[in-house]
Amino acid sequence: MWSILLNSNTGWVLLSTMTLGVAAGIVGCLTYWKRQNLMSDALSHATLPGVVISFLFIGEKNSILLLLGAAISALIGALLIQWITTSSRISEDSSMGMILSVFYGLGVMLLSIANKSAGGNQSGLNSFIYGQAASMVMSDVITMFLLALLVIFIMVIGFKEWKIYIFDPQFAKGIGLSLKGMNVFYTAVLVTTIVIGIQAVGVILMAAMMITPAVSARYWTHSFKIMVLLAAAFGGISGAVGTLISAIGSGLPTGAFIVLVASGLFFISLIFGKEKGILIHYLQFKMQQRVHLESTETLETEGGR
Amino acid sequence: MANPIINVENLAASYRKNTVLHDVDFKVNAGSLTAIVGPNGAGKSTLIKTMLDLHPALAGSVKFFGLPFTKAKKRIGYVPQRGSVDWEFPTDALDVVTMGLYGQIGWLKRPSAIHKKKAYEALEKMGMEEYASRQISQLSGGQQQRVFLARALVQNADLYFMDEPLAGVDAATERAIMTILQELKSIGKTVMVVHHDLQTVTDYFDHVLFLNRTIVEHGETGEIFTNKNIARTYGGSIRQMGDEHRHVVHTFE
Repeated sequence: MWSILLNSNTGWVLLSTMTLGVAAGIVGCLTYWKRQNLMSDALSHATLPGVVISFLFIGEKNSILLLLGAAISALIGALLIQWITTSSRISEDSSMGMILSVFYGLGVMLLSIANKSAGGNQSGLNSFIYGQAASMVMSDVITMFLLALLVIFIMVIGFKEWKIYIFDPQFAKGIGLSLKGMNVFYTAVLVTTIVIGIQAVGVILMAAMMITPAVSARYWTHSFKIMVLLAAAFGGISGAVGTLISAIGSGLPTGAFIVLVASGLFFISLIFGKEKGILIHYLQFKMQQRVHLESTETLETEGGR
Repeated sequence: MANPIINVENLAASYRKNTVLHDVDFKVNAGSLTAIVGPNGAGKSTLIKTMLDLHPALAGSVKFFGLPFTKAKKRIGYVPQRGSVDWEFPTDALDVVTMGLYGQIGWLKRPSAIHKKKAYEALEKMGMEEYASRQISQLSGGQQQRVFLARALVQNADLYFMDEPLAGVDAATERAIMTILQELKSIGKTVMVVHHDLQTVTDYFDHVLFLNRTIVEHGETGEIFTNKNIARTYGGSIRQMGDEHRHVVHTFE
């Protein structure tokens, strides 16, 4: 096991999936409070046609161009969701569902065409579906690491702005924050996080990497800052541990293990969470019940005297 | 009018197919406390939102202090309806009030101890200092409303817009809010309030603006707050109850 860790390539993969996890955890807190969890799922599925189309165009696996294709395709998905929501009576979540399935279906169809083409079969494009961190070359890993750091940086320096943008956008606008600007930044960090994650985690499971840490963090705190820090920690741990497990057993899909670790952390939070966990609620209820019983007993004995 | 600081001309606004507001024209003088009254769906909230650029205007112009909204927004405070935000959001009362200072703090900068102190003082003014570190979801409706008002106070604006600050609050909160509004007026600030309770209009406000998709009447409460104008605004569904200042809107016909 240590030999795998000490291998510098694995070390880098581990570091970058951990950074990706941190970024996804933080951005996930925004989508959680914007009540747009399905958005990250729709957009990550919407990246697939872009990946395959840019592969079909250039005929080889050039990561930067594939990721660019993924980003464009996700942005088109985001614009379509917005357009459907504003110009028809279809609700936002229905339009997200539509875009998710249509884009993903298109992606899978194009993928089968690409796999039949020369060299397509060995291209490793299939790893975009379930995620395969081991299939990433060094330059991919470093791109992912740097972009994840950039996302984290943007989230940290604008923390106060993000908070008011999420909590009360109308008020934010009143005191001079540009909502249009914030919407652009929000979509940009969301799409960036998704796009850099799809190669390691896969388009299907990428959303879980954003949603699960934020939901888990919610069980522990009543402070937005601490929620973001916890989600970052949960995301980072899931990214690193998931990658490690998939590296030990060769060829195991990374995304699946990252999500399993994240879900494990979720179950721990669900039960033991300090603020909203099941256990604390049960204990509080029992305590209240005892206090109530004692007070009625005292009343009864006093009344009997 | 001597010193109008709000000048609205021919304002119109719509939601999808329906025009909600049309031909809205009025001027408001500095230092006045105005109630905006009208039936449900009359466009009261829409009027405020359109004036503050939160809802697109179909036509017309709005000037504050002789300037368009974007140039005057630093001098304007807005208290939205309580239901406009998610109170489950993980934060405490002091933090929400501090948000009122974000414009002054400057973008991308952190609030300092001075800002926290200012926010705390605003909470004190609203009688909410005990609840400074209380999670906002655990505040009652009236307390949430006071937090919103405290957030507007720290902005130190010259002109305030409030959307139903007295809706669903208890008597203590209503008193606290009205004391603050009177105080704002006494130091020369201008306040416009969307108001639902016709019985308290004459006690609380010196000006009243009757709205039903357009201005029905606008002026000093003592002069224009009459049964006739109320009936013109609310249609036939208004009845007089006992003395002349008591009115109820009948929900059932």
